[in-house]
Amino acid sequence: MSSVVLASVSLENVLVIGALLFSIGLYVSLSKRNAVGILMGVELMLNAVNVTFLAFSRYVESPRPLDGQVFAMFVIAIAAAEAAVALALAVAVYRHRETVNIDEIDLLRW
Amino acid sequence: MLQDLDRLGPVLAVLVAAGLIVLADLVVPRRREKWLAGVALLGLAASAAWMVQLIARDRQASYFSDSMALDDFTIFFTFLFIGVAGAVLLASLEYVERFGSHKGEFFALVLVATAGMMLLAGSRDLVAIFVALELTSITQFILAGFLRDDRGSEAAIKYLLLGAISSAVVLYGMAFLFGIAGTTRLVATDGGASIAGAIAAGDSGIRSALLVSMVFLAAGFGFKMSIVPFQMWTPDVYQGSPTPVAALLSVGSKAAAFAVVLRVFFEGFGADTFVGEDWKMMFAVLAAVSMTVGNVMALRQTNVRRLLGYSSIAQAGNFLVGLAAISSTSDGTALGASGVVFFIATYAFTNLGAFFAVMAIGNRTGSDEIEDYAGIARRSPLAALVLTICLLSLTGLPPTAGFWAKMYIFNAGMRADLVWLVMIAVLNTVVSAFYYLGLARQMYRGDGEPGEDLRPALTTQAVLVAAAAGVCVFFVYPIPLIEAAQRAVHAFA
Repeated sequence: MSSVVLASVSLENVLVIGALLFSIGLYVSLSKRNAVGILMGVELMLNAVNVTFLAFSRYVESPRPLDGQVFAMFVIAIAAAEAAVALALAVAVYRHRETVNIDEIDLLRW
Repeated sequence: MLQDLDRLGPVLAVLVAAGLIVLADLVVPRRREKWLAGVALLGLAASAAWMVQLIARDRQASYFSDSMALDDFTIFFTFLFIGVAGAVLLASLEYVERFGSHKGEFFALVLVATAGMMLLAGSRDLVAIFVALELTSITQFILAGFLRDDRGSEAAIKYLLLGAISSAVVLYGMAFLFGIAGTTRLVATDGGASIAGAIAAGDSGIRSALLVSMVFLAAGFGFKMSIVPFQMWTPDVYQGSPTPVAALLSVGSKAAAFAVVLRVFFEGFGADTFVGEDWKMMFAVLAAVSMTVGNVMALRQTNVRRLLGYSSIAQAGNFLVGLAAISSTSDGTALGASGVVFFIATYAFTNLGAFFAVMAIGNRTGSDEIEDYAGIARRSPLAALVLTICLLSLTGLPPTAGFWAKMYIFNAGMRADLVWLVMIAVLNTVVSAFYYLGLARQMYRGDGEPGEDLRPALTTQAVLVAAAAGVCVFFVYPIPLIEAAQRAVHAFA
């Protein structure tokens, strides 16, 4: 990042973007009916976390600024693993029900 | 570096055994697959042996540049998880017939989940905590859906979706913690920057950011601890997943979650810092809500496994009383924190015993409905007796270890001036007696037809007896366990 850009973008700006992304992701994952839609919301939340980590590691005075970037790498890798398992389970559910709508997956309740 | 790997040895041994099982699974004929459980048990034994000789060599170590800790806390939980995994493997030998040709993968996944829990108890860096948390979670998502039947898949996908949301929430909290401290280390033995250091030196300027981070962390870990309001998945998963997996989840996963919460909040945030009172109050409220909701919901259950699910939510509320009562100074023994650890240890015996008894009965009758438990004591006396002892222990009645656990943790609550919370907990104990003892009475009712003998397999009998013996022995002689728990939390003081 060049110093010109840095002067005009403050830490708060990036944090607000992160918070917005996180809120949108949380809203999507709580309001969607479709299991795959929920997963897309979760991906949005994870990317919001990455933005926040990178912002902090760029702007905060710290003896170990790389920690945040390393963390973001781990988040990306593990999100991929989680998505793989999620899609496999979605297929398993679809085989039984012919749907991945969370409302209609209701054998277990109360 | 080599020395650090040596300290990680117990975890590596378990992971190597898991890898060997996956490889051996390719060549072992299908009807011999059960013997792979032997490899798994050998791996756990190797892990325990490695730990024992590590204790003899170096007891207090912070390694991988303060990412991991080898202290009494890690040691305690490592042995706990090895024991839990071993018991689950032994008890599942009969159940695994339902997995067809996937028995090997089942054993391997149980080991990987166990390795994740062991890592979790030893992590003291946010990155390590997150990786260990996901290692446990993702394997447990797979295990929950292992039967691939209708209910199992449903339970697994619910567990996974909620779990994924909760890990994103934890991460957001961790991001703010990193922003405050500038590092992901909870403590720094070399005197460098650390989260504990930043909080101890901080002032009220960082307080609001810390509170945000604290709430996010508690919400995400709360999912793993299965406390209200993050408990929705618990009864579904306990009912829908294979019974050995439910046993592993209800004990191992919960213990690991409480271990990491003790690390982050007690070791990281600290009990006597300016945010100490805030997080203790938060956990006190969560404790009251969890106990009440868990017990009231359990009253109306008709399925034993669902009942145990709600009961485990209520028990998590009891653990939280200890967290709320934490103080690092009182008598130098940290009564609240050691109460949590002691309670978890007794709960491990108790809940494993209860789930194994349910599994032994369910293997034969094919039903987990409470109405089918009528008169089961005549057809399967051992399982019924063990289940009764465990239910007594869950209620907190003598002659069981659960009695001392509740006494200890309530005492910690009283010493910390949480009289209102202890009152709620005692009232809840009364409510819980209704359904725990109701289930016990149902088993001993006379009108069940004698029917055929439902004797469980020999290995199942052995673990049943072991669990019940543990519950009773630690009633008569709880001192060693209490001392071990106090030593474990002493690592933080």
